[in-house]
Amino acid sequence: MTTTLDTMPVSRMRSRALHPYWLAAPGIVFLAIFFVYPVLKLMGLSVVGADNSFSLAAFSRIGHTDVYLRVLAVTFRISLDTAIYSLLLGYPLAYWLAGRPDRQRGKLLIFVTVPFWTSYLVKTFAWMIILGHTGVINTVGTQLGLFGQPLEILHNRTGVMIGMVHAMVPLAVMTMLPVMTSIDRRLVSAAQTLGATPVRAFWLVYFKLSLPGVTAAGLLIFISSLGFFIVPAFLGGRQDTMLAQLIITQVQEMLNWSFAGALSVLMVGTALVACLVYDKFFGLSTISGGTVRENKSWLRQVGLAILGGVAAAVDMIAKPFGRLLGGRHILSIVSWTIIAFLVLPTLLVIPLGFTSSSFLEFPPPGYSWQWFSTYFNSPVWISATVRSFGVAAATAVLATCVGGLAALALAYGRGRWSGPIFAFFLAPMIVPRIVIAVGMFYLFANLGLVASNIGLVIGHTVLAIPFTMVTVAATLKTYDTRLDQAAATLGANRLRTLFGVTMPLIKGGLVAALLIAFITSFDELTIAIFVSGGITTTLPKQMWDDMILQLNPTLAAVSVTVFVVVTSLLIIAERFRRSSSQNL
Amino acid sequence: MSVANDTKMNGARADAKLVVDQLGKRYGSVTALEPTTISVPQGELLTLLGPSGSGKTTLLQLICGLTPASSGRVIIDGRDQSATPVYKRDIGLVFQHYALFPHLTVYENVAFPLKMRGQPAAEIVRRVGEALDMVHLGHLAERFPRELSGGQQQRVALARCFVYQPSVILMDEPLGALDKKLREHMQIEIKRLHRESGATIVYVTHDQEEALALSDRICLMNHAKVEQVGTPREIYESPKTAFAADFIGISNILRGKFLNGARTTLNTAFGNFTVPAGSACAGESAALVVRPEHMRLGVRGDNAIKGVVTEIVYAGSETRIIARLNEEAQLTLRLPQGEAPPRLGQQIDVSWERDLAVLVP
Repeated sequence: MTTTLDTMPVSRMRSRALHPYWLAAPGIVFLAIFFVYPVLKLMGLSVVGADNSFSLAAFSRIGHTDVYLRVLAVTFRISLDTAIYSLLLGYPLAYWLAGRPDRQRGKLLIFVTVPFWTSYLVKTFAWMIILGHTGVINTVGTQLGLFGQPLEILHNRTGVMIGMVHAMVPLAVMTMLPVMTSIDRRLVSAAQTLGATPVRAFWLVYFKLSLPGVTAAGLLIFISSLGFFIVPAFLGGRQDTMLAQLIITQVQEMLNWSFAGALSVLMVGTALVACLVYDKFFGLSTISGGTVRENKSWLRQVGLAILGGVAAAVDMIAKPFGRLLGGRHILSIVSWTIIAFLVLPTLLVIPLGFTSSSFLEFPPPGYSWQWFSTYFNSPVWISATVRSFGVAAATAVLATCVGGLAALALAYGRGRWSGPIFAFFLAPMIVPRIVIAVGMFYLFANLGLVASNIGLVIGHTVLAIPFTMVTVAATLKTYDTRLDQAAATLGANRLRTLFGVTMPLIKGGLVAALLIAFITSFDELTIAIFVSGGITTTLPKQMWDDMILQLNPTLAAVSVTVFVVVTSLLIIAERFRRSSSQNL
Repeated sequence: MSVANDTKMNGARADAKLVVDQLGKRYGSVTALEPTTISVPQGELLTLLGPSGSGKTTLLQLICGLTPASSGRVIIDGRDQSATPVYKRDIGLVFQHYALFPHLTVYENVAFPLKMRGQPAAEIVRRVGEALDMVHLGHLAERFPRELSGGQQQRVALARCFVYQPSVILMDEPLGALDKKLREHMQIEIKRLHRESGATIVYVTHDQEEALALSDRICLMNHAKVEQVGTPREIYESPKTAFAADFIGISNILRGKFLNGARTTLNTAFGNFTVPAGSACAGESAALVVRPEHMRLGVRGDNAIKGVVTEIVYAGSETRIIARLNEEAQLTLRLPQGEAPPRLGQQIDVSWERDLAVLVP
């Protein structure tokens, strides 16, 4: 009698219990409305003519205008070059980091994560000061007599490439590093005991096994670069205009939605084609850390043959310099040089924030607080700063809730829908921001959310969700779900297990997600350009406007503030993330 | 095999395949391996046996050149190879975790060393085929390592090593990751490969049973130096140290001081015992080693000792009795089949023939 009474409710509860995937529902709805719909809508506008009928006029205009075709070619070329150079610089650094002991690597990684999260505006501002006609390099160079005339390295392709590669090397390292640390270095020793020279062992074994990371990094950099506009706008010349700049002009100055839509289609299309080509050769699943499936196709044979050829060739070239190149010190020196390239430019801005001069000269003739006091006494700057903090805080909470729930859904509902759901939540990171921003602008214009704080929070949340989801998911990955089962056997229901056991244990991951979302919003410019405006400007938007008008030391003071805020938050986030994974 | 005169081996010998001469390794002030000298004749299987941290893996790494030595020489086929880089040393190394290349098929893994040596294609096909047949894996040539079981992966690793017939094959706990049943099966497999190929093998293990089962000779190591080198029988029957006696098989070790100048009687906490005839031991104190199978119930031998039965372990072919001597010490004796075991808690006398014990310093 008692046994039947006891078991009844349990079995009924089972059948009524919702599938864990439902936890992802709020995020799916949110992204469907504020991400998928606006992007598709914008792309749909590309085929709408002046009289609201179907028309391919926008595309034919692009196809028949040399200027636009040139911009397309330039965008493609710059993105490709950026990917190649970033990989060339990122690989040795990632290889070196992967070889460090775990604790040391964790500490050194700050030299990659800080440049990664430093605002593009701050980084670009720094390069303008460094590369300019009377910039740091030219001043120091001519004074030392290294070159007679100032180098032309700003407002041309060189400037763009320096800025783009500087912005993308951290992404390259962060994408390649997990793949490299998972490579068993004993395999390289094994290859050597079997008769492979160190050079051949590296190429045939280590390099081959690191390839998924290399190609994934290349793809991510290429796609991200397609949507860049800050770097080419400030560091490039007229010849280096990129697609995103064109879209901004079309929307802001011409309000030509159809044309902006067509340009967006081209941008997303290029990204999509890149993904498809990648999938054909390497398989998309490798990006999210899936295992590489070696197939037995002719492609693999060709790949191995090419690799063998490269290994043999490098081996031959390297033989005379064997001792020189093999040295561990060489790698250390190269790595530290790359780190200096990543870190120093931003640090250079700090003394300029405290300059006593009215110009951005380096080194500053004297030091004073005057530019900070200009900043703090300016109602425009202060209102922008306050707004940025507020919007970032709201975004942090919203994005962490939505992204965290999605991560929980994926951790508990391990089924065949996990892959697609994961990809869906990552999508805002893959689709170029400029396309999201313009689509959102169109949607918000209809909803009356333009120039509102709510609009900004919604927009930034869309961008932050992938980061919060990934951060929480990473913590949950090391979480032992048997603890939940243990709680259940001890009499806790699902909700009490979640709040009493799971949440306290992944607290570190949640705090890290909050901070990362905060930084994402605090730094964000693309959406702010469209959605904020007039009196509701954010800090990055205000910086952008000022930088277009004229560089001034107040910008340096603001940059220092932004840099300090972001870096401190980042270091705190890293602390929490690590303490959380140590507890588990 | 030249087992008989190995005991007095010191330094290099003319027929030695591999000679390790005063080879040592220090990391700062930490000694990973004291200067060590061993000689391995052609076709021998020598195991390096010892607990973790005894220096056996360090010795192996020094021989193959993956770790640079602090002192000494490695001589293979009479030629000094100390300065030769790993990939030119003509040594095969079988790793504990197989170290198969995950991106290459079984066939490509086995072909790897031949390709590195620039062998002609036809030769590669033939020799890889032979090597895979030798380990009964010919039918799995196109598989990737992750599609194989642990035992199969280890056999691929063995084939990859035997295929290029290196002068010396080193094995670093190759069966450590396998379960007991599979391990015993693979031991027989390795013995067969060794016999069929005539290869010279240095085999690292911490498992004394494995060492006894496989070895022509065992090199017992402890605290970064060699404790004793000898055939399994020599080490089991005539251990030179208490450590050797304790590490190989079960031993009852009775420590004490010599009672008289003649050094024929040892005074221990459990009584006075006569030492085996002709055994010599310098110093004031020594230890008697008595194997469980030499201990007998009742007062029947030259030396006897009293104890209380605390445990009776039935192990199929034998029964082991564990008796407590005092608060700290206990002894183990093996009861032959057919003899009736005592009761738990019973007071028993245990005795042994004087000459069946071994005296160690």
